Amino acid sequence: MDQAPAVELRGITKRYPGVIANQGVELTVMLGDVHAVVGENGAGKSTLMKTLYGMVQPDEGSIKVNGEELKLKSPKDAIDLGIGMVHQHFMLADNLTVLENIVLGSEPTSRMQIDFAGARKRILELGDTYGLVLDPDTLGENLSVGERQRVEIIKVLFRGAKILILDEPTAVLVPQEVEELFGSIQELTDEGHTVIFISHKLDEVLAISDQITVMRGGRTVGSVSPDEVDAKQLAELMIGSELPSPETRESTVTEVVALHVRNLGITDPTGRAVLDDISFDIHEGEIVGVAGVEGNGQAQLVDALLGIVPITTGSLELAGKDITGWPSRERRERGIGLIPEDRHRQGLLLPSPLWENAALGHQTVEPYATGLWIDRAGARKQTAEIIETYNVKTPGVDVPATALSGGNQQKLVVGREIMADPEVLVAAQPTRGIDIGAQADIWEELKKARASGMGILLLSADLEELIGLSDTLHVIFRGKFVAELDPKQLTPEILGSYMTGAALDEAS
Amino acid sequence: MNNKWLVPIVAPAVALVFAFAVAALALLLVDVNPLDAYQSMWEFGTTTESLISTVTRALPLYVSALAVAVGFKMGLFNIGVEGQYLIAAPIAAWVGGVVDLPAPLHIGLVLVTAITVGAIWGWIPGELKVRRGVHEVISTIMLNFIAIGLGAYLLINFLQEESDSLTVATPLIGDSGRLPSLNPVLEFFGIEPRAGFELGSFLFIAIILGVIFHLLVTRSRFGFDLRASGVNAPAARASGVDPNKMIVRTMVISGAIAGLVGMERVLGFFHQYTSDFPRLLGFNGIAVALLGRNHPVGMAFGALLFGFMDRSALILDLEGVPREIVTIIQGIVVLAVVIAYEVIARILQRRAVKAAAAATGELAEAT
Repeated sequence: MDQAPAVELRGITKRYPGVIANQGVELTVMLGDVHAVVGENGAGKSTLMKTLYGMVQPDEGSIKVNGEELKLKSPKDAIDLGIGMVHQHFMLADNLTVLENIVLGSEPTSRMQIDFAGARKRILELGDTYGLVLDPDTLGENLSVGERQRVEIIKVLFRGAKILILDEPTAVLVPQEVEELFGSIQELTDEGHTVIFISHKLDEVLAISDQITVMRGGRTVGSVSPDEVDAKQLAELMIGSELPSPETRESTVTEVVALHVRNLGITDPTGRAVLDDISFDIHEGEIVGVAGVEGNGQAQLVDALLGIVPITTGSLELAGKDITGWPSRERRERGIGLIPEDRHRQGLLLPSPLWENAALGHQTVEPYATGLWIDRAGARKQTAEIIETYNVKTPGVDVPATALSGGNQQKLVVGREIMADPEVLVAAQPTRGIDIGAQADIWEELKKARASGMGILLLSADLEELIGLSDTLHVIFRGKFVAELDPKQLTPEILGSYMTGAALDEAS
Repeated sequence: MNNKWLVPIVAPAVALVFAFAVAALALLLVDVNPLDAYQSMWEFGTTTESLISTVTRALPLYVSALAVAVGFKMGLFNIGVEGQYLIAAPIAAWVGGVVDLPAPLHIGLVLVTAITVGAIWGWIPGELKVRRGVHEVISTIMLNFIAIGLGAYLLINFLQEESDSLTVATPLIGDSGRLPSLNPVLEFFGIEPRAGFELGSFLFIAIILGVIFHLLVTRSRFGFDLRASGVNAPAARASGVDPNKMIVRTMVISGAIAGLVGMERVLGFFHQYTSDFPRLLGFNGIAVALLGRNHPVGMAFGALLFGFMDRSALILDLEGVPREIVTIIQGIVVLAVVIAYEVIARILQRRAVKAAAAATGELAEAT
């Protein structure tokens, strides 16, 4: 091994007041390797990657790239060194084409003009070489999630990156897309690129990596080769204890229908059906799962059930009462709870104190309100109870919601909704972007709510969560429920093929 | 909770010092000793008469600021307070001039008229926004022009009383429709201002409005919805708030308060509406709302500060100093205060995040 490692981080320490995000972190990535960095949310992966990408300056420690010790003051330094980062959240302009998105910010010029012809040629070459197939003239808004990711990767390659950091690249992909991505990663390393792969999906990590570094609580707890460990050992290394699973136990499904949805449809202003003839029942004590690639109508389904957008056709019955014409406030008051898919956008008032956040969605009912007034004492007491019952880590009920970690914010949201004891709980991505510990807590609470007779609609991108928790599973594809599946006989792969419509094509 | 008082006191104090420093530079440029100018402003401004004048000037500004702040709380910019009070005042004054009722009812009727007209004028932009997506800043500004024009038209053609006076005015309101002076109370405490300086009992109406504002915004369910909509509209919507209803209701409430802006002058001083009725109270109310951070007590201080500066500026003319320097100070104070609040609020938020992280050992998500 006479060649210097592509990246060598030694003793990286980064302190934020009150918190040490990274403590003495060691990371050695060999040239041409796929190197996975795994760990729970909050384990310090992001801080470490930001350090390597020049977005964060470490308090201690050294950074060597290709054997040379240096300081990275900004992402520009990193890019100049050939380090590129593909962020978890894609940053593409919807109204620009793939070509324009890729050259944006590093426009190649020839004779004072942007050299689009040259750029197009390079993009097609890159796509060819690495199996990243794209049409350069497609508008950003028409790209699927997988295509967006390909654009981001090509964008980084276009700028000459030799070391690629992929931050949770598979979080938003269905299994088939993951395979394509892995194919591309293989091509990249074959051509001498180095890939640093951040993930907490362990079987993927084991499948693709040459070396794995495990982080926990801001430290590196080990660097292992995928041949030495299996997923379970890796997970236990990651969380330092036994692994939770979403598996539900015996069925608690009753005969009583909590929510009865018939022929639900929404037509958008252009005449396109975003929801098409959707019918299903949720029984008391039942978790009904909805699987689908994002953007196939899940958000509209949630909005329609909550009365946030008007429906074009169909009817809704909640516990036997026709609620089709009810405004959302009445639906909330009479028993539809919501865990929104994006807690920051729809679930929280970040700058407001926790007790106001706990009241949100329940601000018209006891104990949060009496008559036309907010019951501040009652709301605080209830909030304290949620914090206690759902194990929300916070210094008190008056801190702003923004001060909490993602997992604790989510536990607050889940807690306030379940505590309100709705007839039906709409849970959209209830464990997205939170660590395994909090995830296990939330699974447990959903199971308890189910056992107590609550009807739950679960929309999730986490297929294991869907399969593990659901009693019934529907697949949504282009605004339609296209299949009803038995979760007991499903694997994520089979489910994935339904979600992309592949299984449907075969069947027809 | 020391921090609780840090923002509301430190931010404006810093901003004030900064504003007076900048104005001092401007004064130096025109060869005036700023210290002399400030000293004479202070001496003149703190006489009994000036203090009464300060409060009197502050009252309409305060009401105006309350009207603006209701909208601000949910992220609605009611720039139309100006038009709302300038259309409400002549109609309410006319109603007061043509009826004759027992004292409380007479005053009450004028107030209710002003509230109603202001509310209607505020409802229009709300409805336009909900139904047609017209931004309230555009529509309220346009409605200001319409209100001023319409007010003048109504005054000349329908509301004025024939007289030989040069100004056009509504009929005088009878004694039963006039707010009493509080000077007897002042005299009871041994304060005897010169003739012509009267502390009006509109003071109580302003205080009551401030209390109602506080209860409505921070204690009521409506206020919760209002603030939630301002902080995070999609979250408010998901929580069951109907955004359209919220917009219309808020504009109506804002307009209703705005309708009262002119009532201090109508009921307490002129006892009629004249064609040279004070203008710009609506716009200055926006500045006071910013200065007071939409807080009922903060805005009271802001209004008093503006009232004090307006009053004490009068001495500058006599000293040969351009009075406009005070307008400069007012402008800079507002800008500086907004910036100072933002900076300090950010520092405090960062501290809260750190404190929570230290207490729970977990890093916040949104840093």
